[in-house]
Amino acid sequence: MAKGLLIDTTKCIGCQACALACKEANGLPGEQEEELSATAYTVVKQKGDVYYRRLCMHCNDPSCKSVCPVGAFEKTQEGAVIYHANKCIGCRYCMQACPFSVPTYEWKKRAPKVRKCILCYERLKEGKITACAEACPTGATTFGDREELLAEARKRIQENPGQYIDHIYGEKEAGGTSVFFLSSVPFAEFGFPANLPEDSLPKLTWAALKKVPSIVIFGGAFLYGTWWIIDRRMELAEYKSKQRESKFQEKK
Amino acid sequence: MDFKLPFKITFWKVVLLLIWLAGLVALIVRFTQGLGASTHLSDKFPWGLWIGFDVVSGVGLSAGAFTIAAAVYVFHVKRFYPILRPTILTAFLGYLLVIVGLLVDVGRPDRIYNPLFMGNIHSALFEVAMCVMFYTTVLFFEFSPILFERLGWSGPKRWITRVTVPLVILGVILSTMHQSSLGSLFLIIPQKLYTFWYTASLPLLFYVSAIAAGCAMIIFESHLSFRAFGHRLKADVLADIGRVLLVVLVLYALLKAYDFYGRGVWSAFFLPRMETWLFWLEILIGVIAPIILLSIRKVRLSTGGLYAAAVCTITGFLLNRLNISTTGLMASSGVHYFPSWMELAITLALVSTGFFIFAMAARYLPIFEHPHEPSHAGKPEVGFPEEVLEIETFSAGSG
Repeated sequence: MAKGLLIDTTKCIGCQACALACKEANGLPGEQEEELSATAYTVVKQKGDVYYRRLCMHCNDPSCKSVCPVGAFEKTQEGAVIYHANKCIGCRYCMQACPFSVPTYEWKKRAPKVRKCILCYERLKEGKITACAEACPTGATTFGDREELLAEARKRIQENPGQYIDHIYGEKEAGGTSVFFLSSVPFAEFGFPANLPEDSLPKLTWAALKKVPSIVIFGGAFLYGTWWIIDRRMELAEYKSKQRESKFQEKK
Repeated sequence: MDFKLPFKITFWKVVLLLIWLAGLVALIVRFTQGLGASTHLSDKFPWGLWIGFDVVSGVGLSAGAFTIAAAVYVFHVKRFYPILRPTILTAFLGYLLVIVGLLVDVGRPDRIYNPLFMGNIHSALFEVAMCVMFYTTVLFFEFSPILFERLGWSGPKRWITRVTVPLVILGVILSTMHQSSLGSLFLIIPQKLYTFWYTASLPLLFYVSAIAAGCAMIIFESHLSFRAFGHRLKADVLADIGRVLLVVLVLYALLKAYDFYGRGVWSAFFLPRMETWLFWLEILIGVIAPIILLSIRKVRLSTGGLYAAAVCTITGFLLNRLNISTTGLMASSGVHYFPSWMELAITLALVSTGFFIFAMAARYLPIFEHPHEPSHAGKPEVGFPEEVLEIETFSAGSG
């Protein structure tokens, strides 16, 4: 069953407990950070008097997984998008392609890795919930089954129409994600991309890449055929001109 | 005691040495301190000059080889044979430099072969990686007769000429895939790439513009070789390349116009934004100027005019690729990126190394002067009028 997170920004008090618990669970050094980085898989940010979080959205059809030339990303059954560092060649296409600009890089290291939230995959496998959800004192971040979280989000919007805008961020964005946000202000104010298609983004690449086999087969056949026809014609032309020449010489 | 250097010190040699020195320092910093210390890349701007110029542009500039190889061997346009060798040399060097650029840019160059064993067919970059590997190999084989000729190895040369046609066809297919897949790289970021450049037809536009850039490179390097060594191609062959370039550029302009029309982006044409300026610069220099120049018969038939049109095309091409891979992504990234001196130094060092090796090869290998073409498909020589094949060589005294 696919898991996920529901982040209700109206309940967030900006205490940073989630960010610090994340650091501890993942063995990341340093204190509270302002932006996602190789040592901060999630951060709590403030816009006016609203607090919100940044973290991997765990897309249903992740761009990072689709663009990785070595298949270093995996969307697990549990919903987590995880990363196999031993495969990674460091091309950083995942960072370029991510619609939410989430993956970060260990720029200072000589053998760098891509870093991002992996939905506490190891804890998930042990039957635990994510460190951030466990640490949240107000219930702003809750962990659960993806579908149940969506139902809960819809319920909250229906029951308190004045408190929320009618938008669950992550329900449809880029084909849907496993992390959902509720808010009292438009998500564009948080800098969340507002222009994402509802269809999954990897489909855009596949529309082009799926044509490759036919280009190889028909292109090859066309080129070889063209070569063969012209070559044969030239051979014949040469043969005829030689014949004509020899006839001409016989006459002499 | 009389001490003499084995070479003359000239201005350009000093410049070259300085560039290489700077490149070497940058390379050392890159591999000892990492990407963060050597580049201005960041989490918000993960691709910069090395991807945009060294890789994305370098591949495009090498597109002349498959175009001319297809013309000569598949379509039997034998009059282009004299430009085949310099073009293949350009592409071979271009691809080798692209590989060096990639090795510098990726975070784990020691794993560069990983795509071979753990490929992901949904990744445009996997297609790019495969094409780089295989087409470089094909280019090596297409280039090898030149080496064999120089070394006097007639055996291997006969072998390789026997498979020329399949090899060329493979090269054309790999290039078609490669040039277009570089455009496919950006298909997945419709919300990040600025509206002028993001379109579903990026692969097609990349393919067509690469052919234009490849043709322009042929004219460009023929001109430089003439000035440096006095090698001269028959002017009418170059004028023909100019005509091909014109046709390809017009096709490109039509595709662009059709794309803009289809997406209705006309309203963005005059917005006061950085992208508007860059876009107009790219279109005016890279498409409109060379189309006008090449449409004039007198310009097409003059070496200077052709050269000007080629330089315009190449500049516009570079602007286009850099706009798509860097500047067109800046607004959405929210950061300002300008390459560090080390990024610039390594890029300049790569380009100058390319020029240097090309010059060395032109001097020591049978690139511009060689006896006659290898007959098509390894069959006995068919025999074409000598004057078509021959390269007019005269010393220009400027060498």
